[in-house]
Amino acid sequence: MSEDDEDQSPATDLRSQPPCSPNKSRNCISSSQTFPDHVLENVLENVLQFLDSRCDRNAASLVCKLWWKVEGLTRSEVFIGNCYALSPARLTQRFKRVRSLLLKGKPRFADFNLMPADWGANFAPWVSTMAKAYPWLEKVDLKRMFVTDDDLALLAESFPGFKELILVCCEGFGTSGIAVVANKCRKLKVLDLIESDVTDDEVDWVSCFPEDVTCLESLAFDCVEAPINFKALEGLVGRSPLLRKLRLNRFVSLEEVHRLLLLGAPQLTSLGTGSFSRGDQSQQEPPDYAAAFRACKSVVCLSGFRELMPEYLPAILPVCANLTSLNFSYANISPDMFKPIIHNCHKLQIFWALDSICDEGLQAVAATCKELRELRIFPFDPREDTEGPVSELGLQAISEGCRKLESLLYFCQHMTNAALIAMSHNCPELTVFRLCIMGRLRPDHVTGKAMDEGFGAIVKNCKKLTRLAVSGLLTDQAFRYMGEYGKLIRTLSVAFAGDSDMALRHVLEGCPRLQKLEIRDSPFGDVALRSGMHRYYNMRFVWMSACRLTMGCCKDVARAMPNLVVEVIGSDDDDVNRDYVETLYMYRSLDGPRKDAPQFVTIL
Amino acid sequence: MAYEKVNELNLKDTELRLGLPGSGQVKEEQEVSCVRSNKRQHQSDNEEESTPPTKTQIVGWPPVRSYRKNNNSVVSYVKVSMDGAPYLRKIDLKTYKNYSELLKELENMFKFTIGEYSEREGYRGSGVVPTYEDKDGDWMLVGDVPWDMFPSSCKRLRIMKGSDALALDSAL
Repeated sequence: MSEDDEDQSPATDLRSQPPCSPNKSRNCISSSQTFPDHVLENVLENVLQFLDSRCDRNAASLVCKLWWKVEGLTRSEVFIGNCYALSPARLTQRFKRVRSLLLKGKPRFADFNLMPADWGANFAPWVSTMAKAYPWLEKVDLKRMFVTDDDLALLAESFPGFKELILVCCEGFGTSGIAVVANKCRKLKVLDLIESDVTDDEVDWVSCFPEDVTCLESLAFDCVEAPINFKALEGLVGRSPLLRKLRLNRFVSLEEVHRLLLLGAPQLTSLGTGSFSRGDQSQQEPPDYAAAFRACKSVVCLSGFRELMPEYLPAILPVCANLTSLNFSYANISPDMFKPIIHNCHKLQIFWALDSICDEGLQAVAATCKELRELRIFPFDPREDTEGPVSELGLQAISEGCRKLESLLYFCQHMTNAALIAMSHNCPELTVFRLCIMGRLRPDHVTGKAMDEGFGAIVKNCKKLTRLAVSGLLTDQAFRYMGEYGKLIRTLSVAFAGDSDMALRHVLEGCPRLQKLEIRDSPFGDVALRSGMHRYYNMRFVWMSACRLTMGCCKDVARAMPNLVVEVIGSDDDDVNRDYVETLYMYRSLDGPRKDAPQFVTIL
Repeated sequence: MAYEKVNELNLKDTELRLGLPGSGQVKEEQEVSCVRSNKRQHQSDNEEESTPPTKTQIVGWPPVRSYRKNNNSVVSYVKVSMDGAPYLRKIDLKTYKNYSELLKELENMFKFTIGEYSEREGYRGSGVVPTYEDKDGDWMLVGDVPWDMFPSSCKRLRIMKGSDALALDSAL
């Protein structure tokens, strides 16, 4: 489960020139003058190779020219938070021995249809450059990138030691690309396709894995909307002794899951069931599903449950006591069906579900899951003016029962300030707080006041908060609180909030760690945009759509900040108001504006 | 602006949009207002921010990925009845990509032809009208809502013919 994982440290320092002149006496190895350079380099290499954390490596590379160079030689894992922040050529120039790449493309709001298709974030230039530079590449982890079958084919052919392919929220490829990877990457350990859009090319990719014993440790294809060859899958599981994580898609029936579990259950630590319903409604006795789950002695993470027939849910009871992670977010489960299950999940740390479990279900979670760290409640019916089965009652119960809570995503129709204030006091470990009151501009439904005090309490009392998403009726006051107390906030999402430019100014002037700012449909204009110019080079990106920006101001910003790429995205038939900026997406870049921008993107 | 990605085609042009005379216009405007309401709010300086915009579907709100929305259309099998036919049929709405595929399948199943349709006047000419019951229990004309919303809101289908259909025809 990886929706919007937080990255812990700032972006790679990829400047082309070393940061300081070698004459400055920052070289802390005082006897360096007596040793030949290459000896020193070797020593440094041997030492620096132990540095894992990005932060530490970035710091080390700033010491002096030599350290900068050696760090570049020894960095094996590279993280690029914005694929347009630099070119592939710069990557391969700076880091010579990369084994693992984590690359992120489109901004998050693209997930919600706020950006046209074909905007960019193509994997192609990256894979073709790396194919020549990094023959020993082992791992590629992409998020929101456009990946084609050809890209996958090139990847499969270019890297003989390739081990891990993880594609999260990607698109542009199909089962034929997967088939090539399965077939040619003989050392493949991980093939995880997560919430990606995979076209059905009617290729039996499961049969494409090599016929001998595989190295597979993790196989996730729950997002692949295409039938698979179950017999081939059975065979694959049978010859993958290292398989620990298996996430099936909805075309695998419960009977088939049953068969797979009887084959390989004891080793599995993570299971994503396929369809949790009887495909063939024939007269014969259903298999003993509970027996299959009883065999899952090591399973700690359970997900799937597509097309759930609730009467089969109790089959998972044997594994509940061991579960640390449970994802019911594709299953429409009522409170009555839910409570007997959750009652056994004492060790649960991560829980995702639909709001169909209601406040009552949340109360049951609060009563049992004392170790809960992460909670995500998604709406079964994501519309604005429905009744809403979860509310402040559920949230209050969670805050009282789950004191160790660190991360929250909660969709609801109504909320109160009181519940947020309570949570801010009860859950001091919160680092991620994302509340989506689906009715836009909804005030506290008990007091009728804006939600300022509630969110204010969250930023004030949750001292570890790094990620915040706000909603409901919010005035500038809420943003004043954010600017005053939100000193560790790195990611901020705002929609339909605030009264004036001052709101955004508070945030831009008050939140020194702000990296990612995404705003939609809020009355922030040129004054606000200008007030943040001292920050934009230190941020990964700023997204503002349907706000009050003018072209003139955006051009000014672009002119004043040459290393900032300022994209204005909109339909080009927009003659009505050329000065109005529909969508602004801006980000720092070491290599200037991109060359692959489509027609509807104007780079200022 | 709406960048609705439905099966990777922009189906706005081929969408069936049916309704009573005059209602078609309103729907058009509603569609437009939902597409451009963001812009309209902010272009005019006189616009008040305090009153919430009309409760039409705003693009990308609530922020739930379409992948999740699609998965929540739990029941895909719906019963189909046709006036005068001795027994009902069941079809899986998820197997169709758009209304024309669905209607073609229904025509094959029940051996009839649906008349010419137009956005304003619905199905005319053959005396056969496809309707469905939605989640709120109301009977609607097939084609009212965009296709990707249809499977999750349709509970059952009824193909009207004979006098009921004629009555509907004349009302249109």
